[in-house]
Amino acid sequence: MPVSRGLVRFLGFVAIAVLLWNGCDRGRETNQQGGAGAMVTLHYFTWSDYVSPELIHEFEQAHGARVVVDTFSSNEELLAKLQGGASGYDVAVPSDFMVSIMAAQGMLAELDSAALPNLKALEPHLQHPAFDPTHRYAVPYLWGTVGIGYDSTVVTPPPDSWDILWDKRYRGRISMLNDQREVFGAVLRSMGQSMNTTDPTVIEAAKHKLIAQKPLVKTYASEHYDQLLASGDVVLAQGWGGQVARAMRDRPSIRYVVPKEGGTIWADCLVVLRTSPNKALAMQFINFLIDARVAARTSERLLFAASNREARAWISRDILENPAVYPPAELIPRMEWMGDVGKVMRTYDRAWTELKMQ
Amino acid sequence: MNPWSSSKEAAAGLCSRFGGWRLLGPGLLWTTVFCLLPMVVVLAVSLATRGTYGGVVWEFSLDNYRDLLHPLYGRIFGQSLLLAGMTTGMCLALGFPLAYYIARLPPRRQALWLIFIMIPFWTNFLVRTYAWIFILRTEGLLNTVLMQLQLISTPLDLLYSNQAVLLGLVYGYLPFMVLPLYAAIERIDPALIEAAWDLYADRWSLFRRVLIPLTKPGIIAGCVLVFIPSLGAYLTPDLLGGARSMMVGNLIQHEYLVARDWPLGSALSILLMLIVMGSLLWYFNAQSPQIRERGEQ
Repeated sequence: MPVSRGLVRFLGFVAIAVLLWNGCDRGRETNQQGGAGAMVTLHYFTWSDYVSPELIHEFEQAHGARVVVDTFSSNEELLAKLQGGASGYDVAVPSDFMVSIMAAQGMLAELDSAALPNLKALEPHLQHPAFDPTHRYAVPYLWGTVGIGYDSTVVTPPPDSWDILWDKRYRGRISMLNDQREVFGAVLRSMGQSMNTTDPTVIEAAKHKLIAQKPLVKTYASEHYDQLLASGDVVLAQGWGGQVARAMRDRPSIRYVVPKEGGTIWADCLVVLRTSPNKALAMQFINFLIDARVAARTSERLLFAASNREARAWISRDILENPAVYPPAELIPRMEWMGDVGKVMRTYDRAWTELKMQ
Repeated sequence: MNPWSSSKEAAAGLCSRFGGWRLLGPGLLWTTVFCLLPMVVVLAVSLATRGTYGGVVWEFSLDNYRDLLHPLYGRIFGQSLLLAGMTTGMCLALGFPLAYYIARLPPRRQALWLIFIMIPFWTNFLVRTYAWIFILRTEGLLNTVLMQLQLISTPLDLLYSNQAVLLGLVYGYLPFMVLPLYAAIERIDPALIEAAWDLYADRWSLFRRVLIPLTKPGIIAGCVLVFIPSLGAYLTPDLLGGARSMMVGNLIQHEYLVARDWPLGSALSILLMLIVMGSLLWYFNAQSPQIRERGEQ
């Protein structure tokens, strides 16, 4: 049967080719538009699902430029791609702690504050952030908190402490972020410690508390926990406010709380890369994105809070009053920025791996 | 003269005209640039030190390998080997009867069946893994159907377990077992099976003493093709296992991307490669005496 033998070889070849292609595919979520002209092209490197196409289009119209959007899914991926030699990007969106890492490695260009008039209207707590107090390299863009999303029809009374994540009544219906710093952050705050502690005995104690929690945890997920909340698979989820806010659309009984012990506050920032070929246009793009009305539209679409305080005037009331998007002002002093822990990272790593192997 | 020997002669002529090296050249260049060089880089990085911000500092040190001695890593490797072994075993148990069935069909229907086996490959593996999430989750397809049929009263916890990971791996790699097995079984001369029947072999000894020895190359190829990728799997444990446990693939990905500890990640990769190579060498060595025997007969 020579025909089918040729066929099986062909199919085998296709199988291997497809497998290899799939492998390549994971890193290739680009959105490249071919064609070139006299138009300047701005390369914007941002989170997946973090842009609104019509705003990009408006900028392109106003400045006669083309904007090419490329995406990443974590700060680490952003850093790894840039360190791995990806060049040609003009503007990127690292989070707070990644700004300090990138600045320390000399990857960022200094900003020209004269070209950024919208910088004057930042929210008070973002005016002098610890990771870049004078906005030398970074402009906060969108910000929010890490807290607990829960189903208010199941979890009663409404929780106000991280301790609810250790409540045996919800065994198998809890999800935690698949992010070692955030998970350790939550347990460290529940122990009254800083989430940036470098004390190995404290980290050890936190690890034991997490190991005790593990039988209650259904999954460690950083991406689709909003769907798990909406579908009822979990009733308590550690998560980023904006994502929990999206789950509320599908299941209105979902609520969000920042525990009384405090939690992470984060800000994704706009930076210009040192290797950017179009720095002037990059500044204009940043100034455009933090414009009050543009930022308000971004906020309403993505459900993350805008860094520009004047944007509040253009955002609908139910979003402004949703604690998952805009945390109540009295909570902000209790929040903590995630800092770099240097060499202690390996201790966290080891503890995290041990937790996973239980 | 059969066509096979004439093509052999033509190939020999090609060799002498162009010289062996020139024919070997492109393949050799490809292997050096895309296989050997990256391995050398990984080896070099595994002997370096992690910078404070996660870069690679070129200070020679064996610390990364010393860190591997921690029992924790031994357990991760052990669990991964176990899971990959179970995946291979289940693929073999499911794949052999399937391949045998297909190989005994008329040629036209064989082609149809093989295409059915290949069709899932036209979709991205990530998408197919997400499909399993929809099937297995609490309010998913399987639980809904079972509840509708009143076979169960409360939904089963199927997703986010080691069983779900095993299911995902077997599902993903089964075609890699079926295709080489099919190729091997299809090549068996039916007269040999008839001869076995004539010599009063029962089903079991037919299987054990005729089918297995004749399809051994296919079995080995299939097992290798399933075992190696499932040992390094990281997508399936993350999505179907709920990231509750780690396989080696997840650990390496974690060290490279999350911990930004390229030296430790490289040391782990080297260890994984050594284990894979070691087990392959052992396997081929275990096979070779029989091959030699057959050659002498």
